[in-house]
Amino acid sequence: MHRTGELYGQFQTLEQQKETASLGMWVFLVTEILFFGGVFLAYTINRSTFPMAFGIAGNMLDLNLGFANTIVLIASSFTMAMSVWSAQTSHKKLVPIFLILTLALGSVFLGIKVVEYKQKFDHHLIPGHSFDITYCSKNPAACGLSGKALEDEKKEIEEGIQAEKSKPTDSDESGIVALNAHAQLYFSLYFGMTGLHALHMIIGAGLLLWLIVEAGKGRFDANYNTPVDNIGLYWHFVDIVWIFLFPLLYLINRHLA
Amino acid sequence: MSTAPQTPQGGEKLPKEHYLNATYGIRSWLLTTDHKRIALLYLISVTFFFFIGGIFASLIRIHLLTPGGYLVTPETYNKLFTMHGVAMIFFFLIPSIPAVLGNFLIPIMIGAKDLAFPKINLLSWYIYLVGGAFVLYSFATGGLDTGWTFYTPLSSIYSNSAVTPAVIGIFINGFSSILTGLNFIVTVHTMRAPGMTWMRLPLFVWAHYATSIIFILGTPVIAITLLLAGLERMFHFGFFNPAYGGDPILFQHLFWFYSHPAVYIMILPAMGVISEIIPTFARKPIFGYDFIAASSIGIAVIGFIVWAHHMFLTGQSTYSAVAFSFLTFLVAIPSAVKVFNWTSTLYKGSISFDTPMLYGLGFIGLFTIGGLTGLFLATLGLDIHLHDTYFVVAHFHYIMVGGAIMGYLGGIHFWWPKITGRLYPEYLARIAAIVLFVGFNLTFFPQFILGFLGMPRRYHDYPPEYQVLNVMSTAGASILALGYLLPMIYLTWSMRYGKVAGKNPWPATGLEWTTDSPPLTENFHETPVVDWEVYDFVHRPELGLQGSVSKKPAPAHGDD
Repeated sequence: MHRTGELYGQFQTLEQQKETASLGMWVFLVTEILFFGGVFLAYTINRSTFPMAFGIAGNMLDLNLGFANTIVLIASSFTMAMSVWSAQTSHKKLVPIFLILTLALGSVFLGIKVVEYKQKFDHHLIPGHSFDITYCSKNPAACGLSGKALEDEKKEIEEGIQAEKSKPTDSDESGIVALNAHAQLYFSLYFGMTGLHALHMIIGAGLLLWLIVEAGKGRFDANYNTPVDNIGLYWHFVDIVWIFLFPLLYLINRHLA
Repeated sequence: MSTAPQTPQGGEKLPKEHYLNATYGIRSWLLTTDHKRIALLYLISVTFFFFIGGIFASLIRIHLLTPGGYLVTPETYNKLFTMHGVAMIFFFLIPSIPAVLGNFLIPIMIGAKDLAFPKINLLSWYIYLVGGAFVLYSFATGGLDTGWTFYTPLSSIYSNSAVTPAVIGIFINGFSSILTGLNFIVTVHTMRAPGMTWMRLPLFVWAHYATSIIFILGTPVIAITLLLAGLERMFHFGFFNPAYGGDPILFQHLFWFYSHPAVYIMILPAMGVISEIIPTFARKPIFGYDFIAASSIGIAVIGFIVWAHHMFLTGQSTYSAVAFSFLTFLVAIPSAVKVFNWTSTLYKGSISFDTPMLYGLGFIGLFTIGGLTGLFLATLGLDIHLHDTYFVVAHFHYIMVGGAIMGYLGGIHFWWPKITGRLYPEYLARIAAIVLFVGFNLTFFPQFILGFLGMPRRYHDYPPEYQVLNVMSTAGASILALGYLLPMIYLTWSMRYGKVAGKNPWPATGLEWTTDSPPLTENFHETPVVDWEVYDFVHRPELGLQGSVSKKPAPAHGDD
């Protein structure tokens, strides 16, 4: 299409162009809600079907890392909002600064996520043949468990095994098989949901990189800031997804034992 | 009844400059952002997939000529019907009318220079190609045998065929649909020309607006569903795996949450085409414009709350089955509103049986049969007998082939003069339309009877007493194939040798007929201003219609 200044050929006015881009972004976010909706539904149904196994599996997550990530992400939303504000009020120098801060915070989030994934891998919590929900209670040293935490963990697993037996006559063996199976379901959902979220973060980081380069040229001001605005919307959306993921995955049944 | 399309001005010449000769070279096509060129790119690619799917269909019909079928092994047979479904549904029917005709026409119909996001429009075509490449790779490396529905755990665990690339391909292709739907919705909201109010939008645009709602709300759900099934297959994750306590029925719920509305993605645009054809060839404003527009939205909305009627035999609770049965009956209301309004439009119209009209009338009849047999299947008790039989196959082919493809071909014929600037040989085209109609009914009507007698779908074998009906069906399929090849040939021929059409050969009332054929890259010489009501033949002296179909005297242009 022919470019006339900032106005693309298919539009009549800049106002129409801005309105169009904004509506397009909102419609896209609607599709994103539906996209995540499917996996949230799978989570909800399985959580209500296997509350005990999901509670125990959820306790295997590192609350400190999850909480730190939540703070990091909320902070990045704040810096993103500030960069949108800077653009809208023509503080041209501030725009790239806030965008760089946002990107940095986003990268911290992804870095912490890598640490968490590595930890799950070490703890035999990746769905598949080597999955073992009892690994940490059997090898406390490998998981850094000791003292009361180890006792709680053992007690919890024990309760889980009893609860997962479908008949009172079932052996402990069938209880642990069921617990292990249902915990794998939890970790499938954990990796599916956080993985999808992380993928969206990576895409967002790529968009931010482009935005930083453009903002560095001083392109965004009160007259033209549609990309900052729209990528900001996307970034906030991805944050909001995490705001739901954190309590659902980390916090429910935290004090089960 | 006219014998040839009217060319009021006569001795037409192609405009000097238009979108086809604006630039030359392969790059000017592959990097184009012109919605009309992208529509033609889609036309070529969906036709390619139509023939791929058609080859599989032919092999299925040949195999079923005799009980015990000697052509292919049972395993290959499973792959044939799966690949037929995947190619036809995801790569032909869903993109066909929206991505070809919708892409070409929506901006022109609303008086815009292009869609709201031309680059995204091109991107969606490339996404379609990438998705298509994955699926073709799956077909070429052994095919897949899960059925187009990809039910777990067969697709996610047990199947030994090339499921993974197919799932990836359909997942990728979904984003093509999403972006097309997004583009249409935003375009209709923000790009309308001065005077083009919502209630002056052609019904084709309303139908595409409704379709786009399904694109953006439904497609993400199938994307995530297939992604989860794919992760289950590739990484031993367990979302639907009973070994982990997962529920395969959950997959079916999620799958049909998209795939039932998806049949409305296929039929709604065809209904939009018919709503344009009928008033044009009845020379009469469409009856009940508001109701047809609203019924499109109604079908899109109700379409989202009927999905579990595909699952009456999964052991879901009787109460939810009753609810879904009732909701399914509700869809019949907006569908019937359309059919009655089309027939009312014909009443006392000045009807001419040009090719598009033959497709239009064929659509009304076949869609009615397909729709009414859908009510049989929505009936709980009857569905237990008919579920997974050829009755279901016949029902959805009446909607998909008799409805959607008839609408697609009708639309292609209707707007071909606009797309290429030339007319096709009318006589040959009418013969092809009739051949198609006859071939279609001979193919699929026997399948209703077969299903009612109890022949299950997806079986490679059948008892000898079903042979007569199967032979009829296969014979019909070969006539049908001829009906598809004919338009391919004469439409291609007409691109070079056809008679020059002029701006408005039929004549029709839409904004697209006021610009050149083929249009400029910018569609209009100057931004049009719409000061007439939709489908108004009376107050449009420039259409050159002699006898007014209205009894009241035609006031001067603009008096209304």
